[in-house]
Amino acid sequence: MARYRVETACLLAPAVLFLLLLFVVPLARLFSLAFTDEGGVFATFGVLAESEVYRRVMLNTFVVALAVTLITVLLAWPVAYALSRLKGFWFALALYGVLFPFWISVLVRTFSWMILLERNGPINRLLQGLGVTDQPLALLFNDTGVMIGMVHVLLPYAIMPLYAAMARVDRRLLLASDGLGAGLLDTFARVYFPLVLPGLLGGATFVFLLSLGFFITPALLGGANAITLSMLIASFVTDRLAWSLAAAGSLVLLLVVLALLAVAARLLPLDKGMFAR
Amino acid sequence: MTPGAVQQSGLSLRFAGAAKSYGDVEALKPTDLTIAAGEFLTLLGPSGSGKTTLLNLAAGYQEPSAGRIFIGARDVTHLPARHRNIGMVFQNYALFPHMSVVDNVAYGLKVRRLARSEIARRVEAVLRLVHLEGYGQRGVQQLSGGQQQRVALARALVIEPDVLLMDEPLGALDKQLRRSVQLELRRLHEEHRRTTIYVTHDQEEALVLSDRVAVMRDGRIEQVGSAGDLYDRPVNAFVAGFIGESNLLPARVTAIAGGQAQAEVDVLGRSLTAAVAPGLQPGQPAALLIRPEHVLVGEEPGVTAEVAEIVYLGELTALNLRLESGATLWARRITSHDLRRGTRVTIGWKQEHARIVPT
Repeated sequence: MARYRVETACLLAPAVLFLLLLFVVPLARLFSLAFTDEGGVFATFGVLAESEVYRRVMLNTFVVALAVTLITVLLAWPVAYALSRLKGFWFALALYGVLFPFWISVLVRTFSWMILLERNGPINRLLQGLGVTDQPLALLFNDTGVMIGMVHVLLPYAIMPLYAAMARVDRRLLLASDGLGAGLLDTFARVYFPLVLPGLLGGATFVFLLSLGFFITPALLGGANAITLSMLIASFVTDRLAWSLAAAGSLVLLLVVLALLAVAARLLPLDKGMFAR
Repeated sequence: MTPGAVQQSGLSLRFAGAAKSYGDVEALKPTDLTIAAGEFLTLLGPSGSGKTTLLNLAAGYQEPSAGRIFIGARDVTHLPARHRNIGMVFQNYALFPHMSVVDNVAYGLKVRRLARSEIARRVEAVLRLVHLEGYGQRGVQQLSGGQQQRVALARALVIEPDVLLMDEPLGALDKQLRRSVQLELRRLHEEHRRTTIYVTHDQEEALVLSDRVAVMRDGRIEQVGSAGDLYDRPVNAFVAGFIGESNLLPARVTAIAGGQAQAEVDVLGRSLTAAVAPGLQPGQPAALLIRPEHVLVGEEPGVTAEVAEIVYLGELTALNLRLESGATLWARRITSHDLRRGTRVTIGWKQEHARIVPT
C-alpha cells in the first residue's frame, strides 16, 4: 500500500510542481502584493472601496456581463435546438458553423468587428441605405460595441452545453407527454424545459464568468467610454504602476467569481449527467 | 371470461383501410381491423412487421397515409395524440426522469387541470391498483425495472383512457418477472375490461394475455383470431410457424372440395386428404401442417421413420424423426424410455390433425 502511495506521488509530482511553480506561486505572489501597500495591510481595499470610479466600473462590468449572458443564451437557444434536430450533412455544417470562430484569434475577430461597426462601416451604411436611420449609429467605443463583440465570442460556450442537454432529451418523453393530453406549452414547460435547464444554466454560468474577466474585446471595442474591471486593473499596472491596487482588484474579482461558482455548483448538477437516458 | 361479461370501460377502435408509407416503403398496407370495446387484442409479429406502426396510428403519433381511424364513433384520423384520450405504455416506459412517482402518475391529470384533491385521490387509487403504495415520493430512477413498468402503467391508467396501448411493455424485464407481470396485466384487464392493444413479438405472451391475436408480417395482418383459432386453423405456413411448433411438409394440391384438399406429399411418398385453409387454390405452393404433439409414434399402418434425435424436456420428449425420403419431422410425446437413436418406427396422425396451408 505504502509503495503505491510513493509511486502515485512520484507520478503526480511533475504536474503538481508545474502547477505550483507556474500558477500557484505567481498567483500567491500577486495577491500578496495586495496586502503590502505602504498605507497598511488592507489599505488597498480601502482605496478601492472609497473609489467612485472603481465602484462604477465594477457595477458596469456586472451589468454588461449580465446583459451579455442574457443575449447570448437567447441567441444560443434556437441554434442549439436546430443542432439537436439536424442530422448528417446539415448537422456537420451547422456544427462547424458554430465551432469555426473558435479557430480564429479573438484579436482578429475583434478587429473585424471594429471595421464592421465603424461610423462609416458596412453596417451603418446598410442601415442608412435601408432608411432605418439618418445619422450613423454609434456602435463602437461604447457598451453596445462591447456587447456585440462579447456575445459573438462567447456564443459557442452557451450553445454547446445547451445542445448537449437538448440532444439528450429522449423524444419519447415528449410523445408520452403528448399522449397524456398535454398541449405544446405544457410539454415545453413541464418536460422539455426542465430537462434542458441544467445545460442552459451551465452555459449561462460559463458565459457570465468569462465575460466578467473579458479584456481584449472590451478594451478594443469599448475604449475609454466603457471601462470594465479587467481594463481598470490593466490601467492600474500600465498607467499608474500601482501593483498593489491591481492585485487587490484581481483578488476581489477572483473571490466574486469563486463565490458565484460555489453557488452555481450548489444549484446545478453540472458534474453529473443528471438526466442521462 | 368473454368480452361484455363484466362492465367494460373504454371504446371500440376501428381501422378502416388505414395505411402508412414512407416514400416507397410501405410500413403498413391498407388494414381493416376492429377492436371491440373492452377487448384485449395483441399485435404479434417479427420486428418490421408493422405492429408498432399500427399502434402509433392508434395513438395519433403518426398519421395514416390513407384510410381512416375511429375511436368509438369518432373519426380521429387527423386528431393529435393529446386530444385522443389514450393511455400509452412505452417499451422503455418513457417516465419523466425529473419527477417523482406521484408527479409522473399525476401528469395526465395536471395537464387536464383537475382539482388538486381529485388528482391526489385518483393517483393514490391507481398506485394501490399497481401495488406501489408508499413509493409515491421516490424518484423514478431509483426504482427497479418492474416498478418502473408499473409506474408507466399507472400513468397510462390514471387518465381513464378510452383505449390502452402498450408497446412491448415487458421487453426490458427478465423472464421470471415477465411471467408474473403478465398475470397481473391479465387480472387488471379482467377486472376493468379496458379496450387494449398490446404489441409483442413473444407468442407465449400473446396467448397468455389476449382475447384475440393479430399476427402481422410485412406490414399486413395475416390472421386475426383467438389463440385456439390461430393454433388449430392457421391460414398459412407463416402463422402456423409463428404460433407454436409445427412440421411443414411440402405438398402439391391436386383437388379441393368441401373444405378438404387432395394433396401429393412427395416426402411421404403418398397422396392424402386433409382440411384446407380457406382461399387456397390447386397448384399453389402449399404445405402439410402437423403439430408435433399430433404425430403418433408406433401407429399402424404408418410411414416408416428412424429416430434421429431425442430431446428430453422433462415430462415431454421431443423426437426428431427422419423419413425414408430424408425429410425430418418433430414429434412430442409423454416421456418414456422405450426409444433410442436409430430405432425404426412407424408414425402416423389422425386425419383431423392434418391441415394443408399455403406457404
